[in-house]
Amino acid sequence: MKMTGSEILLESLKKEGVKHLFGYPGGVVLNIFDLLHDEKELQLILTRHEQGAVHSADGYARATGKVGVALVTSGPGATNTVTGIATAAMDSIPMVVITGQVPTMLIGNDAFQEADIVGITRPCTKYNFLVKNVSDLALTIKEAFHIASTGRPGPVLIDLPKDVTTSKAEFHWPDQVKIRSYNPTYEGNKYMITQAAHMIAKAKKPLIIAGGGVISSDASKELREFAETTGVPVTMTMMGLGGFPGSHKLSLGMLGMHGTYFANKAVQDSDLLIAIGMRFDDRVTGKIDAFAPNAKIIHIDIDPTSIRKNVRVDLPIVGDVKRVLTVMNKVIHEEVKDPWAEVRKAWTKQIDVWKKEHPMDYDRDADVIKPQYVIEKINELTKGDAIIATEVGQNQMWAAQFYKYDKPRTWLSSGGLGTMGYGLPAAIGAQLAFPNKLVIDIAGDGSIQMNIQELATAVINKLPVKVAILNNRFLGMVRQWQELFFQERYSHTKLHDTVPDFVKIAEAYSAVGLRATKKSEVVPVLKEAFAIKRPVFMDFVIDWTEKVYPMVPAGAAIDQMLFREEDVKKPEKKLKAVK
Amino acid sequence: MRHTISILVENKFGVLSRISGLFSGRGYNIESLSVGETIDPNVSVMTIVTSGDDWIVEQINKQLNKLIDVIKVVDMTELDHVEREMVMIKVSPRQEDKAEVLRIADIFRGRIVDSSPKTYTIEVTGEEKKIEAFVELLRPMGIKEFVRTGKIAIAREGIKKP
Repeated sequence: MKMTGSEILLESLKKEGVKHLFGYPGGVVLNIFDLLHDEKELQLILTRHEQGAVHSADGYARATGKVGVALVTSGPGATNTVTGIATAAMDSIPMVVITGQVPTMLIGNDAFQEADIVGITRPCTKYNFLVKNVSDLALTIKEAFHIASTGRPGPVLIDLPKDVTTSKAEFHWPDQVKIRSYNPTYEGNKYMITQAAHMIAKAKKPLIIAGGGVISSDASKELREFAETTGVPVTMTMMGLGGFPGSHKLSLGMLGMHGTYFANKAVQDSDLLIAIGMRFDDRVTGKIDAFAPNAKIIHIDIDPTSIRKNVRVDLPIVGDVKRVLTVMNKVIHEEVKDPWAEVRKAWTKQIDVWKKEHPMDYDRDADVIKPQYVIEKINELTKGDAIIATEVGQNQMWAAQFYKYDKPRTWLSSGGLGTMGYGLPAAIGAQLAFPNKLVIDIAGDGSIQMNIQELATAVINKLPVKVAILNNRFLGMVRQWQELFFQERYSHTKLHDTVPDFVKIAEAYSAVGLRATKKSEVVPVLKEAFAIKRPVFMDFVIDWTEKVYPMVPAGAAIDQMLFREEDVKKPEKKLKAVK
Repeated sequence: MRHTISILVENKFGVLSRISGLFSGRGYNIESLSVGETIDPNVSVMTIVTSGDDWIVEQINKQLNKLIDVIKVVDMTELDHVEREMVMIKVSPRQEDKAEVLRIADIFRGRIVDSSPKTYTIEVTGEEKKIEAFVELLRPMGIKEFVRTGKIAIAREGIKKP
């Protein structure tokens, strides 16, 4: 039976198991939206901005592991998706973005609302398509979902000219897809895995660094078994939070620029790093030449380009993390006898000493609201059983440091691109996927204003997301850098007079607004918000002077950390910081 | 060190831009690039000359392999191979130099592909050094215009000793 391109599109999405898509209508996609009007199986969530649509699809994907889908119009609709696509690309999030395009005969003629979105997004997608013929559409969609969700996941864009949505073709849904030039390696080399197991057996001070790859390949169980069998402590990259339980006794929390002292010390002192599904981002390594000077490095990753890109690697294993760890656990049980725990005693003792030297801390006796206090109370009240999305900046780092992520897919944060405005729409996507879960966006007063309009999306779709705004009336992280490295010259980071009344904003959108200005009000506000089955803005007016510590100044080795104001004022520390 | 990399790609629109975008986006240098169809019209071959240390070249190879439209990447530098490029030079020599131009063209096994009362256009094929030497010899004769193709390369087939 012949179908129009619009019908083929929706039918194909259903075949891919899509239930929800996020989007915004416009001229060239009207035929698709017309069909969506009566659609029962597919629900389109109308956001208030295309960037919101793509971040929502991203949050949906991170929380569920499924491919997130967004549908927008041509020109400005398409270009508004670029930040969201780049965010997903940097963090390897599976996503399909469908953009409308002007009719094929007008492409290249500077037609109204025309943009070369395939050209624009080429560097920030895993792949992108321009569909020129309706008979190619079904196969293109199948290929797009295949590419987005296999290998190292990523966003794929399909650009769909208006005439393709209206012309007709027979609908053939391909059973499978084979792209001759695309064959990701899933199975790790068995010899290399055995070598790795022997290296781990011999190591006296080994350390696992778990990254986002552990979560995207659903390998948390295998990682836990691996760590517990070998007794090797685990630190996580920001993207890896939740990949290993944060409250586990082997967990050292996050490493890197704002990582824990003990994780960074352990990295620098270790004799073997087992890097799993992570890519040695500069925020993790600090000064490359000084990174883990005594350690051999085993690197497991599905993407060969991540291996030896930033640091030397002694033993590379290319493959899917889950499959590699499954084989590794088997090899360890079968071939390697048990020298582990005994040899490691001194090492774990040393780590305990570091833990005592500089635990994660802040001024708990302060009268004012400390942001870390808010996060700790969120952790306590939710018992760690919530999905946390964040914006970007200090709020994000405090949320990474002071909440214990025990399960994968409960931490949604823009890691690679560092996108302000990510959290609220991402929380909306996650809440749609899990209507009964508590979903909280931890935000700053600067970040929340980047996509604040999405509160309307939450209200209208009855998605009871909670937004905890850590309001310090500053662009806090930039201010922190100005304070430390630019002699407190707060160039354009003061928002004091222009921070809106978030309670009134919430009310204006028919949501609920609550405020805490005293420490004693924090818990009651949180409790009240969590009990309300509607979207809530919580405005926590925090101590504006608070900074994110520990901190490794950019360009320093990761164990050259600043802990408090006094450190910053020491001349020798200042010198290091300025370098 | 310079590397000549041969890349088999799907013959589709936009592929050239994906490859060149990869180089520009990651700050790798392209010294020359040539593209053409292979015997299979669905596949094109690109020959790229680039330079960098082992670390960079390893990344270039891996990043190219990662692109969805790339079928195969071969670093020709590691193989016994034959390289060629072609140049077409238009010279307008003085009357007394005309014979010399033809003599040089002959030495370099060039072909005169066009001539006018004032100019000769000469085609020369060969390795990069030969082309450069040819250009240098003609330079004093008055080069009006010249175009080069960029390098193409193919691996030598091994010969089994009897």
